[in-house]
Amino acid sequence: MPLYREQGVVLRTYKLGETDRIIHLLTPGRGKVRAVAKGVRRPGSRFGGRLEPFSHVDLQLYTGRSLDIVSQAELITPFDRVRADFALSACGSTMVEGADRIAQPDERSTELFLLLLDGLRALVTAPEHPSLVLDAYLIRLASAAGYHPALAACASCGRPGHHAVFGISAGGLLCPACAPSGSQPLELAVVELLGGLAGDPWAGLPARLAACPDPHRVRRQAGALVSSYLTYHLGRPLKAWEAVPR
Amino acid sequence: MYEGPIQDLIEEFGRLPGVGPKSAQRLAFHVLTMDAADAERLARALVAVKEKVRFCVRCFNVSEQDECRICRDARRDPSLLCVVEEPRDLMAIEKTGEFRGRYHVLGGAISPIDGVGPDQLRVAELFARLGEEDITEVVLATNPNSEGEATASYLARTLKAMEVAVSRIASGLPVGGDLEYADEVTLGRAFAGRRAL
Repeated sequence: MPLYREQGVVLRTYKLGETDRIIHLLTPGRGKVRAVAKGVRRPGSRFGGRLEPFSHVDLQLYTGRSLDIVSQAELITPFDRVRADFALSACGSTMVEGADRIAQPDERSTELFLLLLDGLRALVTAPEHPSLVLDAYLIRLASAAGYHPALAACASCGRPGHHAVFGISAGGLLCPACAPSGSQPLELAVVELLGGLAGDPWAGLPARLAACPDPHRVRRQAGALVSSYLTYHLGRPLKAWEAVPR
Repeated sequence: MYEGPIQDLIEEFGRLPGVGPKSAQRLAFHVLTMDAADAERLARALVAVKEKVRFCVRCFNVSEQDECRICRDARRDPSLLCVVEEPRDLMAIEKTGEFRGRYHVLGGAISPIDGVGPDQLRVAELFARLGEEDITEVVLATNPNSEGEATASYLARTLKAMEVAVSRIASGLPVGGDLEYADEVTLGRAFAGRRAL
């Protein structure tokens, strides 16, 4: 059976039999990989805590018929802080669920992989704003999946400007001429925060939020829009999003 | 495809977790070769487990009465409460003989990705017990995996606000293991939780 080596982030795990687990991994070279880690649930397993969700690992696997099999695993970054805190864990779970939904097997996913690593690092470095990091990750995930929202020009006619109506099915902000009649306009602060979530450096997100007039309310509105946008394009909501404390 | 009762038995065994078609067939043919008395005892045990076993009204451990053996035992320390995910975890702790308090079985762990939140577990019942019983310390003994840690983190945050001491079971190296094969997370935790001798 051919061996191969890949880096990956553990997206989720399922129990298999008495002591095994099925592991979903996001890898840069092979997209989503589903593999069996044998004996991983035993206390004395050679994999130990390396194959827990969010772990960034260097793996050696061999190709199986339907599922590959993990033969060796080395930790690169454990992201154990994400697992140790409920709010971070809920945000991290939503991130990996989104990646799991979008990534495909045998399809290079370098952009998705690096985005997930950036998102997890940002969660660890800015743990006081986990839902803000999550919203930034989700809007960037939509972009990586081909659903980049138009935030600097009208999604329908292309007229430049920070327009005030967000058309979820149209794919972004709509100018007054293209917006459906009766649409509720967004506050400028929400529009600006959406732009920041999509394009600001991760470290600059807390400062962007702090500059908003009513940060808590603006963040909630922007977060709800991001979730609705992703739900529309994915076809169904992300389960873990409901658990995120806001 | 077999006919009649043997096929029915294969199909019933095949519905059990971890039992594939071949194993189901092996089990069914084993039953066929058993003494009639052994087969009847097996059948009676299956019926009895459904008729007699229920959940303890206090801790949600499996029990034959309203309250389980541990909750009824007056020698147990009523001020200590150990929170576990499943009754099987409770039995694993009981086998150690190290814990003399009582238990609370959550019935699972918080898993946002599977849509399992505190409302799907016996978390409200746990908080209610803290108001009704004389509990001074809650030991969180959920599994040391991502779901168990998320559950422990959620419970710890809420329990601390209720002014009760909260502790988490230690995690680290298994007895008999080698340091060089330990993963970084486990070894790191073993160091973080080191104790004075």
